[in-house]
Parts: sequence; structure tokens; C-alpha cells
Amino acid sequence: MVEELEKTAKKCRRLIVDMIHKAGAGHPGGSLSAIDIIVGLYETQMNVDPNNSEDENRDRFVMSKGHASPAVYSILKEKNFLTQNDLDGFRKLGSVCQGHVDMKWTNGVDFSAGSLGMGLSFGIGCALSAKMDGKSFQTWVMIGDGETQEGQIWEALMAANYHKLGNLHLIVDRNRIQNDDFVDVQMEIGDIATKINSFGWNVKEIDGHDMAEIIDALNWSKETKGPCAIVAHTVKGKGVSFMENNPSFHGKAPNNEELRKAMEELS
Amino acid sequence: MSAPSSGGASRDGYGAALLDLAVDERVVVLEADLGKSTKSCHFRAEYPERTVSLGIAEQNMVLVSAGLASCGKIPFASTFAIFSERAFEQVRNGVARPGLVAHFCGSHGGTHTGTDGSSAQSIEDLAIYRTIPGMTVMHPSDDISTRELTKQLLKHDFPSYTRTARNKTPRLYDDESVRKLKIGKGSILREGSDIAIFSCGVMVHKALLAAELISKEGIEVTVVDMHTIKPLDFELIDRLSKDVKGFVTVEDHSVIGGLGSAISEYVSSKNPIKVIKIGVEDKFGESGESEELLDIMGLTIERIAESCREI
Repeated sequence: MVEELEKTAKKCRRLIVDMIHKAGAGHPGGSLSAIDIIVGLYETQMNVDPNNSEDENRDRFVMSKGHASPAVYSILKEKNFLTQNDLDGFRKLGSVCQGHVDMKWTNGVDFSAGSLGMGLSFGIGCALSAKMDGKSFQTWVMIGDGETQEGQIWEALMAANYHKLGNLHLIVDRNRIQNDDFVDVQMEIGDIATKINSFGWNVKEIDGHDMAEIIDALNWSKETKGPCAIVAHTVKGKGVSFMENNPSFHGKAPNNEELRKAMEELS
Repeated sequence: MSAPSSGGASRDGYGAALLDLAVDERVVVLEADLGKSTKSCHFRAEYPERTVSLGIAEQNMVLVSAGLASCGKIPFASTFAIFSERAFEQVRNGVARPGLVAHFCGSHGGTHTGTDGSSAQSIEDLAIYRTIPGMTVMHPSDDISTRELTKQLLKHDFPSYTRTARNKTPRLYDDESVRKLKIGKGSILREGSDIAIFSCGVMVHKALLAAELISKEGIEVTVVDMHTIKPLDFELIDRLSKDVKGFVTVEDHSVIGGLGSAISEYVSSKNPIKVIKIGVEDKFGESGESEELLDIMGLTIERIAESCREI
């Protein structure tokens, strides 16, 4: 199982790098850091069906760090929500694959992101709705570590615990790089796990590229009472050596030569 | 804890409407620690299981509304008009852009809010929400019209912002006339062939009094309660622009971007007609009683009458 998922993740990495290259723009770094967790989530937790994508009982995935849209589009292709043709249109006029994930445009996307700090609040709305209606669907939210600099994240962390939302799950992609530079250069966020825990959440820290750990943590989150957060320590650009831990690949497309090298490494 | 004040302000109409709407199980109410002020407190008392307290955190409240709306709920969220502005981008990006239907109410709008001072006196809310694609923007004039228009939001397919007022104003409708109101359609309260006054909110009553005043001088004025600023009632504006010599717009809001701007923008390219805009002249208010504030801002019956004479 772990091995299968790792293969899927590698396939998704190739899709990510390829679609960003074709678009000539996009965010490879944060897509590659998040993809192992996203694959683990869709392959072991998410109850979704491309033929019934609006099912009110489906699990929700709220991708708050919406610039990492290629990661979402790659798994949606694997799950038959999108086609290769859709991915080839990434960032092009009229494409269902908008620059940032957008529920209005893309089958299988549950949230319109692009402005950081909003997704956890949206997830609270979904989780509250399920609770009011006695529905058992789960809401999974992924945010970036730089995103925790937004004050709204802390409003939401406070509210989720107050409303005892055990059906809400947060994943922090702790890749340590944001738009301009390293997170600790731009605005030190420190021990994010302890901070979230102090807001009343259960928190688990994992290696966000270890598929076995990812699967365990997702199960733990689902089985644990009250809101749970997984702080996933990741490497920005993971899987492509020259993108790894390199702030310049936060929001830059690979050129032809870089694409060739990346695909070689991901083969 | 202070007790909620009794009826007579448009915010009371909002509170009453929420109770009317409660029969629909999809309706949920969101509060940011101002339910006693915006009057959602009455819904909370009756339906605590469908009331969501978010604390003093407007940005979170807007996106929680969006999440609820995405799951089939019909959220009604309220705070002071001025504090809703803090979450403007959340309304824009989190609600309107994905086409979600959630309804926001900003109470204590305008300088009429009074003694709290300029920090609480939103004079730009109508302007900013009007710029969001697909957004409905309303500012009803009394409690029962607010109740009626808020109730109509249940079947409204667009996100909305409604401004209500803190302080009491005279009723302009009765149980029968209020039923004729419709979102997006201006309501003619008085007919006259010389001039048309378009007004909204607390200023509609003053517009009526100004019309009475100059009627004695032989100037006959149509007064429209333009409770919906967006979508604007183009049909009515077109008709009146052919019938009268000029328009006067009256609002407790900045002259930049509000009702007067909306009407001017439309008629300037369509059927140019003189428009005199009465509103807050690009300045902040201060503490004082409602009437004192309206006076120093020039939002007076006499000034409305004078503008009509000028045309």
C-alpha cells in the first residue's frame, strides 16, 4: 500500500512539474512539498466520486494554500476528476485549471483559494454544517506554514476548538519557505505545533514525505476526538534536487533544460 | 448585559426577519459579539442550535458563512457596518467570487449612529460592496421594510449586504404597502412632476418632509425609497429621467461611491440629467446625537429643499 502510494506521488510530481512548465508559470515548490500528504489523503481517506462530485455527503478537501493548485490538479487527474487535457490548460484562458484552486471552475475542488488565511475558516463552516445536519463527512484543510502569519488563521484555530469540531482536520505544510524568502527570515513563526496545541487542538508532528507516517497521522486525526492538526515537516520542492529548499522555486516555472533534468530525477 | 432595545430602528426589522425566516431549516445565523446590537440576538434566543458565535472575528465569520453556504445552508451574518468592512476582501474572495450565497448585515451604518463617534460611523460600506460583481446591496428606510426585504433574501440567488441603522426612524410603510416592496425595485412614496429625489435609509423620511415643504412653493417632487443600491432600478431611473427636470440623491453615506454615485454613473451615459448629490462630503464624523450629526453633515430637510429649488 505504502509503495503504491509512493508511486502515485511520483507520478503526480511529474504532472506537477510538467503542467507548470507548459503554463510557463505556477508554484512548483509548495506543490511538491504537499503532494505526498495529498496523495495519502485522497488514497486513504477522501470519500469522493467523480461521477457524483456534488454529493452532499462527500468528504471535503479545502486547499487553503491555493497556489499549490498543481498538486490538487494532479491528484484529481489520478482520481478521474480531470483529464490530461485539463491539466495542459493550466493557467490558460477558459481552462478549468485556474491559477489558484477554484470551486467555481473545477470539478472536485471544494474551495476557492488564492488569498491566504481563509481556508480554515471555510472548513469550519463545512464542519459546522455537517454537525448541524448529523452528517458524517469529514473536512480536511491544508494550509502553508507562511500562511499562519495571517491573523485569520488564529481566529479560526480559536473558533474550531470552541465549537468542538472533531470532524475538522488541519494539515500544516511546514516547508519553511514562503514567497520572498525562508519563513524565519520573513516572519519567524517558531514552534507552530505548540502554538496550535495551546489553542486547544490535538497536534501531531510528522515527516510529511514518509507515506507510512502520513497514513498513520491521517487515521489518528480521524479517530481522535476534537479538532486535530498534523504539522507535516516537509521540503519545499521535494523530489527535484535543484528545487529542494530553494526559495527561488516558490513561484517559478522550470525552463526546458530544468524540465528535462526534473523529469529525469522523477523517472 | 444590557437588554436589546425595542422596535423602531431598521436593525429591529432585521432581527424580526430572522425569526420569520427560521421556519426554513437551512437558515443559520452568525454573530461576532454584536448580536444584541444587530438584533440577531432574538434568533439566538429561539434557535441556539442554528446560531454560530464567532467572537470578535469578522474575517473568520465571513469565511465560516461561505463554508456553510457551500454545504447548502443559508447564512445570515451580522456585525456593525464599519467592522464588516474589515472583512471586505473575505466577502469578495471567499463568498462572491465562488458564487456562494451568504447574506451580510451591517448595522449602525452612517453618521446617524451618533455618539459612538467616527470610528463607528460607516460612510463607505455601500460604496465598497457595490463594486463586488454579483453582490446585492440594500439600505432600507424603516423597520418594517427592512423586515420585508430581509425576508425576500431567502429566495435570492446572490450574496448580499444590507445596511441597517442603529437609531429609530419613523415608519414609512404599513402592513399592506410593505408587501409591494421588491429587492431591486425602487419604491415611489410620493409623486410629483418637477423633480425626483432618490434616497435610502434614514434619509428617506427627511426627503419626504423636504418634498412636503417645497410643495407649498409650487414645486412638485417624486420621492423614491431606493432601498436597493445594487442592482439599481434602471427602469425607474430611465422613466423618471424623462419626466422630471433633475434628480436629487440623499444618503447618510459618502457622496463618493454610494447611491448618488450609482445613479450619476448610470444617467451620465444613458440619459444625462442634472443630479445633485447630498451625502457626507468626504469627511469623518464625530460624537453627537443623530440629528446633530446629520445637521453638521448637511443632511437636512432644508438643504434637500434648497437643492430642489436649485434645479
